[in-house]
Amino acid sequence: MATAESVLKPDFAAKRKHFIFNDEHEALRESVRNFALKELAPHAAEWEETTFPNWVFNRMGELGLLGLDKPEEYGGQGGDYFSAMVLAEEITNANCGGLAMGVAVHTDMAMPPILAFGTEEQKQQWVVPAIRGEKILCLGITEPDAGSDVAGIKTRAVKDGEEYVINGSKTYITNGHRADVIVLVTKTDADAGYDGFSLFLVPMDSEGVIREKKLEKMGMHASDTALLAFQDVRVPASALLGQEGKGFYHIMWELQGERMIGAAGCVAAAQKCFEHTLQYAKEREAFGKAIGHFQVIRHKFAEMATKIEAARQLVYMTAYRFANGEYPVREISMAKLYSARIACEVADECIQIHGGAGYMREYNVERVWRDMRLNRIGAGTDEIMLEVIGRSYGL
Amino acid sequence: MPAINPPFTEEHEALRESVRGFIERELAPHAQRWEDEEWFPDEVFTKLAGQGLLGLKYPTEHGGEGGDYLHEAVLIEELTRIGSGGTAAGIGAHVNIATPPIWRFGSEGQKRDYLEPAIRGEKIGALGITEPHAGSDVAALRTRATPVDGGWVVNGEKTYITNGVRAHFIVTAVKTTEEGGHHGISFLIVDRQEGVKSSALHKLGWHASDTATIAFEDVFVPSENLLGGEHEGFKLIMANFQWERLAMALGAVGAMRAAWERTAQFARERQAFGRPLSGHQAIRHKLADLATSAYTCQCVTYDALRRFVSGEEPLREVTMAKLLTQRASFELMDACLQIHGGAGYMREYWIERAARDARLGPIGGGSDEIMREILGRLIEAPPAR
Repeated sequence: MATAESVLKPDFAAKRKHFIFNDEHEALRESVRNFALKELAPHAAEWEETTFPNWVFNRMGELGLLGLDKPEEYGGQGGDYFSAMVLAEEITNANCGGLAMGVAVHTDMAMPPILAFGTEEQKQQWVVPAIRGEKILCLGITEPDAGSDVAGIKTRAVKDGEEYVINGSKTYITNGHRADVIVLVTKTDADAGYDGFSLFLVPMDSEGVIREKKLEKMGMHASDTALLAFQDVRVPASALLGQEGKGFYHIMWELQGERMIGAAGCVAAAQKCFEHTLQYAKEREAFGKAIGHFQVIRHKFAEMATKIEAARQLVYMTAYRFANGEYPVREISMAKLYSARIACEVADECIQIHGGAGYMREYNVERVWRDMRLNRIGAGTDEIMLEVIGRSYGL
Repeated sequence: MPAINPPFTEEHEALRESVRGFIERELAPHAQRWEDEEWFPDEVFTKLAGQGLLGLKYPTEHGGEGGDYLHEAVLIEELTRIGSGGTAAGIGAHVNIATPPIWRFGSEGQKRDYLEPAIRGEKIGALGITEPHAGSDVAALRTRATPVDGGWVVNGEKTYITNGVRAHFIVTAVKTTEEGGHHGISFLIVDRQEGVKSSALHKLGWHASDTATIAFEDVFVPSENLLGGEHEGFKLIMANFQWERLAMALGAVGAMRAAWERTAQFARERQAFGRPLSGHQAIRHKLADLATSAYTCQCVTYDALRRFVSGEEPLREVTMAKLLTQRASFELMDACLQIHGGAGYMREYWIERAARDARLGPIGGGSDEIMREILGRLIEAPPAR
């Protein structure tokens, strides 16, 4: 309990770790941060032009960062779920939203369904090299005519003897150009509604897989984003991932982890943008003093810090539930919705505090603003999150 | 599976259940009448005392239950189920702000004479800090205690004092030096007596709460009623602010939860254009937004609470929780009122009262502007995460 003396002079610099993290997490945090700052951040500006290179995966595999929470028998570190969150948070130190996204698609979107629903052979074939950083994964859900409405996808997989023949197209696919394999959502039974979907592991060098174009985006420039076509692509029956007909439920499960990790990334990115802007406000002078010393600016920081803290607590508490075996779809949706919103709000306020500089590319805030804007759309739009939350109450 | 809402455990949830039952049976049915009368009866305190609810965090040697702040946190959240912010405020002022300084800083004699009867519900307490000319700026207070033989003579005026008419004793901040300020303020426990004159105030909300201006005219206070060290009153003020603000955040969390549940129920039942209100996407999404806000407030408040009870000094986290929850609560109430449509504007529905009650949050216990100012200054030294 606080004493009368101590409340007069609180120690704001005291280390105040959240209860979901232990000393090992903190050590991991330190090492990921150092790696990101030393080996990635110096290239960030260049990668905005070129997209980040594949050696990032090799190097992260070497450092054991691609399988932090994955089982040791497949080369992972066997850590808990929170270690994956540490990565999602600290990788933001690379200053490169597109890179963080590319890595997250690999480790937290494409890999979990293979581990959860895959056969031993599939895990050996894809997860083991993916954790080593030798193979790159991507995930194909969205199509030109089906985004939020997942059930509206049209890519078909038709059984033909011992094989399946796949036709269709996928878009906005992160890692789509560099990936070695795609976790592909298809329709195997056009008449079975939600029970007519199946997942496949399709090698990207299969005949008939066409990487149509690199898509140009508002932000996330370092990420490679593809429009893909599948024309009579033949895969063996052993490429089926999970149960035939259960693909929709498999992918809905996958989306929960994706949203959780995305939310953690939003909070960390907002925090980083905040700190960067704080530094600026302490240095930049106007009307004879540092702008941070004007009450209106100081209150903007107070407001942003409060929003970020709220989002952080929401994410940590939800992760805690998730890691403890609950399936808290409602809270995950809330965490995703709220974190994405505040990340955009914080980035915008940071531009405002920077004034003219904020609008300039060299200060990097405008990039964060462009990058963050994706979070209110990707992995389920704000509107879908609201719909999930609303319906979860039987409304 | 561990408790899903740290820092609360199953024991706290059991307490919650029983407190909620008691409140719904014994207090909530009278809320409307108490609001109309702008007064709830003193026997509310004795009823609560009968359940041990006025001394949850106080040691058993003083008649308390020997629990801790977490037990009280449960009580604070559940008090919102009375459906009368003013009643909850009167109880809260007694439990959260008037008696803790006596527990923390009082002498054995003061605990015997004030804390113990307060826990029994026999004496009702109030805390007197704010003055007509000193609200957020506490150091500017003017009420003066002049030393005389065997004690002090107090002159001055306090305002916005919850329980100010009914209180048997007022834990009062006074200037004990000419200059006052941070090093010249002390606390005195002032008994109701001749020279202590209360007049009730009428408010936007919190109608059932007894809120008063109290004038002190040559009131003699014996030296044994000095609470804590002479000239060290500022320390007492600061010490309890954290719990007061955390209590307000907890109150908002409880109020938001209860209001959301009732509004969702209304939306499921109320028909418009051939289907329930909740069948309209705009309403469903509004409720989803509100649920997100309520749960976010809960997470941030529970984290601050956990840190507070574990002995950290979470000034930053408590301030954030206070700032976030008070405004969020008012916004939620306003949105719930909107969902109720015309009914929301009517006194017979509970929501207009809840919205009026919630409006105090961003002002009381330190205004939003003060919270932002505290946080803004803290930001000079961000914590390592």
